[in-house]
Amino acid sequence: MSAPAAIEFDRVSYVRGGSTILRDVSLRVEPGETVVLLGRSGAGKSTALRMVNGLIQPSSGRVLVNGVATGAQDAIRLKRCCGYVIQEIGLFPHFTVEQNVGLVPRLEGWPAARIAERTAELLEQVGLDPGEYGRRYPRDLSGGQRQRVAIARALAADPAILLFDEPFGALDPITRAEMQRQFLELRGSVHKTALFVTHDVREALRLASRIALVDSGRVAVVCRPEEFRRTDNAPAREILAAAGELP
Amino acid sequence: MMRSDIAQQMAELTGEHVLLVLISVGIAVALALPAGIWIAHRSRARPWLTGFANVVQTIPSLALFGFLIPIPLIGGIGARTATVALVLYALLPVLRGTLAGILSVDGAIRESAVAMGMNGWQLLTMVELPLAARNILAGIRVATVSTIGTATIAAAIGAGGLGVFIFQGIASVDTTQILAGAVPAALLALAADGLLGLVERRLAAT
Repeated sequence: MSAPAAIEFDRVSYVRGGSTILRDVSLRVEPGETVVLLGRSGAGKSTALRMVNGLIQPSSGRVLVNGVATGAQDAIRLKRCCGYVIQEIGLFPHFTVEQNVGLVPRLEGWPAARIAERTAELLEQVGLDPGEYGRRYPRDLSGGQRQRVAIARALAADPAILLFDEPFGALDPITRAEMQRQFLELRGSVHKTALFVTHDVREALRLASRIALVDSGRVAVVCRPEEFRRTDNAPAREILAAAGELP
Repeated sequence: MMRSDIAQQMAELTGEHVLLVLISVGIAVALALPAGIWIAHRSRARPWLTGFANVVQTIPSLALFGFLIPIPLIGGIGARTATVALVLYALLPVLRGTLAGILSVDGAIRESAVAMGMNGWQLLTMVELPLAARNILAGIRVATVSTIGTATIAAAIGAGGLGVFIFQGIASVDTTQILAGAVPAALLALAADGLLGLVERRLAAT
């Protein structure tokens, strides 16, 4: 392929405090696809994710975003062109919903009127009435509403890449299913490249264009969800069996 | 003394007292706030600075005023020496408040701010300081109230303030005169505490 991948891990390893967290990981994420990094806690998924926006630099190998190594990009520009959603507590408690959503546009120096317009548009897009919720603080919202705000915030400055770190992990099953449905809907309307970390096999099967199974710091298998169900890869079968997803 | 003379003198001394406290706490905040921010981000400097502020706090105030008198430039008799001593005492609560406030900011929030593309200054001014504001204010409150009390001793080295009444009263074994200094000082402390407490609660409400 000649066009650069949206995200590419090129033989990436990460060692911290003497323990190897990622070993020789290579993975391409093509523009517009949603790759789910699936694996149990401590497998190194979040570490890999945080390398994409430069929160962490690899110990060896390279992470390329739009064909350029993250270490060679302006650190702040790189972070602003990646929307980032983390579990539960990523919202600023002292900012209203509007201020949270409008943060990156504000950092980018957009005029106030345009920020207000964009914020309202995004809140509607994630299913929150801007008039009702815009002036509230995160503590006045339910867990699901907070995650909607976090997603709206990640989309605010129209980043090309979205990074999700267990965004629905702290939600109850019904809210989680609802958020997943909305995620798919949103993906249909905004054409973004997404890297999504989860330990939930069903979530991975439902949301992924492709699943990359991370096991003890290595990528064990990369394939489409329907292939993932049928793979004879041992770690994949183990995680499927644990979730009751094997026939 | 005529009653109106006492009233006038009390007003003057209260004015001196308030000025002494405002200047001292102001300087202490100007020093301890940046220092607190700095040590919150540089953990290696932390024990040194907090240790220094702690040690200063253990020196009895009358002794500290005495120690400062012979020191050139900052020493001598008068309000300047008193201000130096009061600043030293006010440093610790403000430093502690700032440090505790910034350290209390959740790591996930800080990381989220960095991941949004905030630079160090934006992280500090938009996230860390607003979230630490309550702790910082609590430190300033403690510093102010205790400085109002300690400042009465400043009269011993000729810095004026309500302590003048107290020392005169002690010298002439005149309880009324002691009270003429002590009661306004106590009222000042209560007023400052109430006012800053109000600001603190307003901050908590947002």
